[in-house]
Amino acid sequence: MIQFRGVNKWFGPLHVLKDIDLHIAAGEVVVVCGPSGSGKSTLIRCINKLEPIQKGEIVVDGMPLNDPATDITKLRAEVGMVFQQFNLYPHMTARQNITLAPVKVRKQSREEAERLARDLLAKVGIPEKADDYPAQLSGGQQQRVAIARALAMQPKIMLFDEPTSALDPEMINEVLDVMVNLAREGMTMIVVTHEMGFAKKVSHRIIFMDEGRIVEEGAPHAFFANPKEERTRTFLSKILVH
Amino acid sequence: MSFDWGIIIANWKFLILQGLMGFGAFGGGTLRLAIPALVLGFILGVIVGLCRLAHRPWIHYPAVLYVEFFRGVPLVMVIFWFWFLIPQMTGQRLPEYTVALTAFVVFEAAYLGEIVRAGIQSVPRGQVEAATAGGLSYRQMMVHVILPQAIRNMIPSLVTQFIVLFKDTSLASIIGMMDLTKAAQTVSQREIRPFEMYLFIAVVYWIFTYSMSRFSQWLEVKMSPERAPTRRAALRAATAEAPA
Ligand SMILES: Nc1ncnc2c1ncn2[C@@H]1O[C@H](COP(=O)(O)OP(=O)(O)OP(=O)(O)O)[C@@H](O)[C@H]1O
Ligand SMILES: [Mg+2]
Repeated sequence: MIQFRGVNKWFGPLHVLKDIDLHIAAGEVVVVCGPSGSGKSTLIRCINKLEPIQKGEIVVDGMPLNDPATDITKLRAEVGMVFQQFNLYPHMTARQNITLAPVKVRKQSREEAERLARDLLAKVGIPEKADDYPAQLSGGQQQRVAIARALAMQPKIMLFDEPTSALDPEMINEVLDVMVNLAREGMTMIVVTHEMGFAKKVSHRIIFMDEGRIVEEGAPHAFFANPKEERTRTFLSKILVH
Repeated sequence: MSFDWGIIIANWKFLILQGLMGFGAFGGGTLRLAIPALVLGFILGVIVGLCRLAHRPWIHYPAVLYVEFFRGVPLVMVIFWFWFLIPQMTGQRLPEYTVALTAFVVFEAAYLGEIVRAGIQSVPRGQVEAATAGGLSYRQMMVHVILPQAIRNMIPSLVTQFIVLFKDTSLASIIGMMDLTKAAQTVSQREIRPFEMYLFIAVVYWIFTYSMSRFSQWLEVKMSPERAPTRRAALRAATAEAPA
């Protein structure tokens, strides 16, 4: 579903992704962790071309990203993204947030998009919030609307960039539950998170990044039970304390 | 000192119809100058603002130069330039009204362009990312996501600038355009009643600018439905008051 081959990326002189090789199969749930500044966000932002790469190749669902013939709109319709800060459109209701892209990009009829929005809000557990503005919702509710907004494009892949880091502790689980269900339905997911409970429960693979490289990867139980790299062990000892 | 307020009534047609509205033999008119200047200046301002935000240097730098230049010189000077320069270049005099309108549009667009630029930049980067990730084109993103938020943030500064522009139109009288100020000056010289005349036009200017600022407050509320007090906010206030 997603292939990275020899990917390198720089921000000016700063080398942020170094020789990334990564293959993610359809239906796989991959958790990405690592210290701040290690390039986790940058890695997933390359997948929908929010960030361009300078060297190497990325292919998403058969579409090579550096090929000028690739339809970027089609690519972005297939890849949903959820951000740490939710990034809901503040001037639109939950329903309008969800229907904007399906109507404008997928050219769905308004009725069809509204029906889909209603279903998705039910799916994320807040059917009664359709007409509320983001400012009227709690953080957990906003993030669930953001997930519904991404799902409205009927993506094949979902990217999550620290979806629970900006939430109060009591709201983390309501968002994780939605993500667990999504994973169990077979969605291909890449999740940047330090929620190791989520990783153990549903992920197929954990990737540990440091200084722009993939240092270690493996199935969750092996990854937690006996990490091979010293850097992984240090990192895990820090985050598992919490 | 005695006052003669009847002077206003006696000359109201000249002051209001001719001076304020521009209906009459002299052309001109404060509103007839201010309204098109405001609309055209805003349109040019949006263009200047978008150009300033462009990454391509040959679009970006001319816009920077334009803004920095016109913000750095006095408006009176710009009006004089157009007044003396256009006849020299084209060989014919243009009506005072045309000269004043051109000067105002060109001058105000520099300020309005900066307001538009700041308004667009005030929209958080995450909004651009969410719209881009959702597959929206640049145009769709601007129309549906960025500009609605940007314009809302711009309203107070825009209205302030519109108020400044409205009052500045009185400068058009220095090249002889018959606006409210010039009309008052004419009457006052004929009747030797400067106090009554200038107090009267001060009130007229004030009524317009005050209405504009009230309109701005109303519009700000109207354009922010999500900022209305909510059940949740009320609830939170209630729980905060309750003893723990
Ligand atoms: N737009 C940008 N311009 C310049 N440098 C950037 C930009 N975005 C990220 N960087 C830098 O690239 C590096 C990797 O950033 P990235 O956001 O991918 O890290 P991260 O692993 O997601 O960190 P965090 O856990 O703090 O979110 C950091 O050093 C960061 O400062
Ligand atoms: Mg990050």
